Amino acid sequence: MTDDLTDPLAHIPHAAAIGMQLVSRGNHRCVVRVPYAAHLVGDPDTGVIHGGVITAVLDNASGLAVRSTPDGVDGPPMATLDLRIDYMRPAEPNKDLYTEAECYRTTVNIAFVRATAYQDDRADPIATSVATFMLGTAEARA
Amino acid sequence: MKILAELRAQGRAQDMQALVDHLPYARFLGIRVDRKGNEITTVLPFSDHLVGNVMLRALHGGAIGAFLEITATIELLFVTACERLPKTVDISIDYLRSARAVETYGRAVVTRHGRRVANVRAEIWQEERTKPVAAAHGHFLMNPV
Repeated sequence: MTDDLTDPLAHIPHAAAIGMQLVSRGNHRCVVRVPYAAHLVGDPDTGVIHGGVITAVLDNASGLAVRSTPDGVDGPPMATLDLRIDYMRPAEPNKDLYTEAECYRTTVNIAFVRATAYQDDRADPIATSVATFMLGTAEARA
Repeated sequence: MKILAELRAQGRAQDMQALVDHLPYARFLGIRVDRKGNEITTVLPFSDHLVGNVMLRALHGGAIGAFLEITATIELLFVTACERLPKTVDISIDYLRSARAVETYGRAVVTRHGRRVANVRAEIWQEERTKPVAAAHGHFLMNPV
């Protein structure tokens, strides 16, 4: 995996507003970190971050994995077709959230990605997702 | 959850705007709730921090997913009195069109309502109700009162 000197997530307003940081990328994979923050809380009684934050980071990391090829970091325009997320357990408050995404198959038209969101232990996931992306769309979507 | 019990005690169990105002992440997104009788429409005003693609000025897929999820949760809480916020078990999102830099609206329908699990469908649109920008269906664990 290679680290970029400039974090592409810093140029995506919503990713930056959530606080997403690229940890590593390359070879159809990437890891994204989200530091715990008060504005991400979904339940003020418990301090647990909202599922929507996890949705956003899974979506963004999945797209980034498609664009993290060994021979270059930018591919053709693409659009998310669907994203399916399974939530295993709530995230623990005051801990960073990590997401690892892997684009495990690309055809002429479609990229297939799976991703896992976790905190301390990748083997104890908070959520997992599968996503498909349409490649080479005339009108690329975010 | 304290806010749900408080609203219930005040006879405002269906005041979803008061609930949304109490949730930091919903406030961060800027979600509002428009109630007309027994119908709820969620509203996501456009804001620069929701953008996912600067070149196209399109909303971020994550903001869209979160808006769908919150729309589904609010509908569920509107039709069912719960002790706690419903827990999302799974959600499946279809991205149908590019979501542009304008206001977005959401509606959800509880398609099945069991004792512990509810199935909810949600749809969001912008200028035209018949041209949804995204749709979702999900399962939610509930703690009914």
